[in-house]
Amino acid sequence: MREITLSKAVNEAIAEEMRRDPTVFVIGEDVAEAGTPFKVLSGLVEEFGTDRIVDTPIAEPGFMGIAVGAAMTGMRPIVDLMFGDFLFLVMDQLCNQAAKTHYMSGGKLSVPLVLRTNMGATRRSAAQHSQSLHALVAHIPGLMVAMPSSAYEAKGLMKTAIRENNPVVIFEDKLMYQDKAPVPEEEYLIPFGQANVKREGTDITLIGTSSMVQVAEKAAEILAGQGISAEVIDPRTIVPLDEATLLASVKKTSRAIVIDEGHQGYGITGEIAARLNEKAFYHLDAPVCRMGAMDVPVPFSPALEDLTVPTPERVAALAARLVAGEMLHDA
Amino acid sequence: MTQPSNTESYLRMYTQMVRIRAFEDQANQLYLSAKMPGLTHMYSGQEAVAVGICEALTSDDKITSTHRGHGHCVAKGAEFKQMFCELLGKEEGYCRGKGGSMHIADQSNGNLGANAIVGGSMGIATGAAMSARARGSGEVAVCFFGDGATAQGLMYEVMNMAALWKLPVIYACENNGYSEYTRTDEIAAGSIVARAEAFGIEAHQVDGQDVLAVNELSQKLIARARKGEGPFFIELMTYRYHGHHVGDINREYYRTKDEESDWKSNRDPITNFGRWLTEQGLVAPEDLAAIDADVYKDAEDAVAYALAAAYPDGSEVDMHVYAPTDPATLRVGG
Ligand SMILES: Cc1ncc(C[n+]2csc(CCOP(=O)(O)OP(=O)(O)O)c2C)c(N)n1
Ligand SMILES: [Mg+2]
Repeated sequence: MREITLSKAVNEAIAEEMRRDPTVFVIGEDVAEAGTPFKVLSGLVEEFGTDRIVDTPIAEPGFMGIAVGAAMTGMRPIVDLMFGDFLFLVMDQLCNQAAKTHYMSGGKLSVPLVLRTNMGATRRSAAQHSQSLHALVAHIPGLMVAMPSSAYEAKGLMKTAIRENNPVVIFEDKLMYQDKAPVPEEEYLIPFGQANVKREGTDITLIGTSSMVQVAEKAAEILAGQGISAEVIDPRTIVPLDEATLLASVKKTSRAIVIDEGHQGYGITGEIAARLNEKAFYHLDAPVCRMGAMDVPVPFSPALEDLTVPTPERVAALAARLVAGEMLHDA
Repeated sequence: MTQPSNTESYLRMYTQMVRIRAFEDQANQLYLSAKMPGLTHMYSGQEAVAVGICEALTSDDKITSTHRGHGHCVAKGAEFKQMFCELLGKEEGYCRGKGGSMHIADQSNGNLGANAIVGGSMGIATGAAMSARARGSGEVAVCFFGDGATAQGLMYEVMNMAALWKLPVIYACENNGYSEYTRTDEIAAGSIVARAEAFGIEAHQVDGQDVLAVNELSQKLIARARKGEGPFFIELMTYRYHGHHVGDINREYYRTKDEESDWKSNRDPITNFGRWLTEQGLVAPEDLAAIDADVYKDAEDAVAYALAAAYPDGSEVDMHVYAPTDPATLRVGG
């Protein structure tokens, strides 16, 4: 099968959906001729023109709000938010307006829009261009949240996101844009709420999101060298969350670590761990553990930044202790 | 001599203004008699704004509304029964009781909803205008907002884009002199219309108590917006008769009773328009009285209906969080 970059996969998904549905359009800063700073959308304006690939002023709440209104009245906007960190600027339009409109109108109005943005540290971009803020939006009922872990997921999830009748926030890891993965030429979609078991195992379940799937897979390799069999699962969407697949795995392995690049405190690692504890407690041989990003603003210095995110070595080390039955904390 | 078709439109505007007043009088009574959950913001006094503008719109045209939104909702064509049901949290309400007064929406008549975030719907109206143009529907969108909302940054972001893209949107600023308990001159520096003009948007100030003036200007601007000459900005000078909300009873600390009674006795949009209609010989005073009586009877009946109507079943609490998507469209080739 051919291999393409994550960037190309997103581009293809959007182009295919724009050909299929004339109501789909892209709106954001430098999306047209520039094709975004990451060049993800390069070439789209040539095919679809500036009426459908719409460059905006630097006004995130403004174009987010415009997208909500367009979505309520028959269009399917794809909002391009240059950095995930700028979510804080659009929170009212996203969380008070888009997320609640269907509910507040008793099901009469709906907001079929996609907010595509990014996440991920270790790009030496410091605290305002490195955050992974998906927990913030996952907390708000009415929003769906997708976290592609490779080019394959990026394409299939984007196509579903565009066809969904709900506001979907899709987080691409900006360090993965140039990573290649096998992506079929033929059309495919990845349904929301269906986790992917990336690797089967029997001793411990490693649940990773976005780039942390790769971290989990590398950790599983390390563990295999130590005779420990780790199962790796990618939830692919955190809202909706495929609890059934996660629970089935944890009931089988009796141990789990949830790995994510958002801050650990009050983050999605805690949410997923809590659900596993509530629903699989009597199957567990160890506490379900969380490994998120450190609860510090992302530092600039490489010497510091690299300490803040989970690594395969640290995941493997924690997994080995859990499997060995070590006490993690003083009793 | 005035055209008969104008008389029809005049009587419709008169009736719609009375309907808003009657609705609000009933809503206020519901609050005072502790029959309504929560608080609500009365539109009384501002009727000529919503009616003058909405009379110039078709039912496909879109509006966005505010926390003080009952007037916009009635003027855009909503029915009393579903409105009162919504205010009382009943299943038959426009939003099945999930929105209430501050989120009432009536999509069937192009009302995209009230909004409890001051200035929160500026983007929505602008986006509806962008959508109208993209779909080639010929619709116009009107964004209603108060003087207080002019302090929100979102307004300037979206006016900039609307002007750049010549969107068919009309920003209708209802300047009722106050935002909550603060006079407008204390929160708005310079001129409000000049702010729109800075974006190259044609802006007008109009007497918001004069339904004919509002309607005449709206007709012109809406027709021009439909032709691609938008956006436009209107500042409508008006006054709210009640407090900021129904519970804001003692308000001498921010405005005088003299000021209130001056507006009510000299500048009431309904009284003045009714007088004009009779002076012009277009209608007899008894006819207006008959309209008033009919409308008040309708409002009372609708209240009685809504009070007796059922609450939504508890099973509805987690319905409508997500919109359904046809599974077939989520498949290859779908
Ligand atoms: C973002 C936001 N800030 C504050 C409030 C509280 N609030 C509700 S209405 C209001 C005053 C709005 O004044 P204006 O826009 O002039 O509308 P009016 O009430 O006069 O119709 C305020 C401050 C709010 N709902 N939303
Ligand atoms: Mg005001």
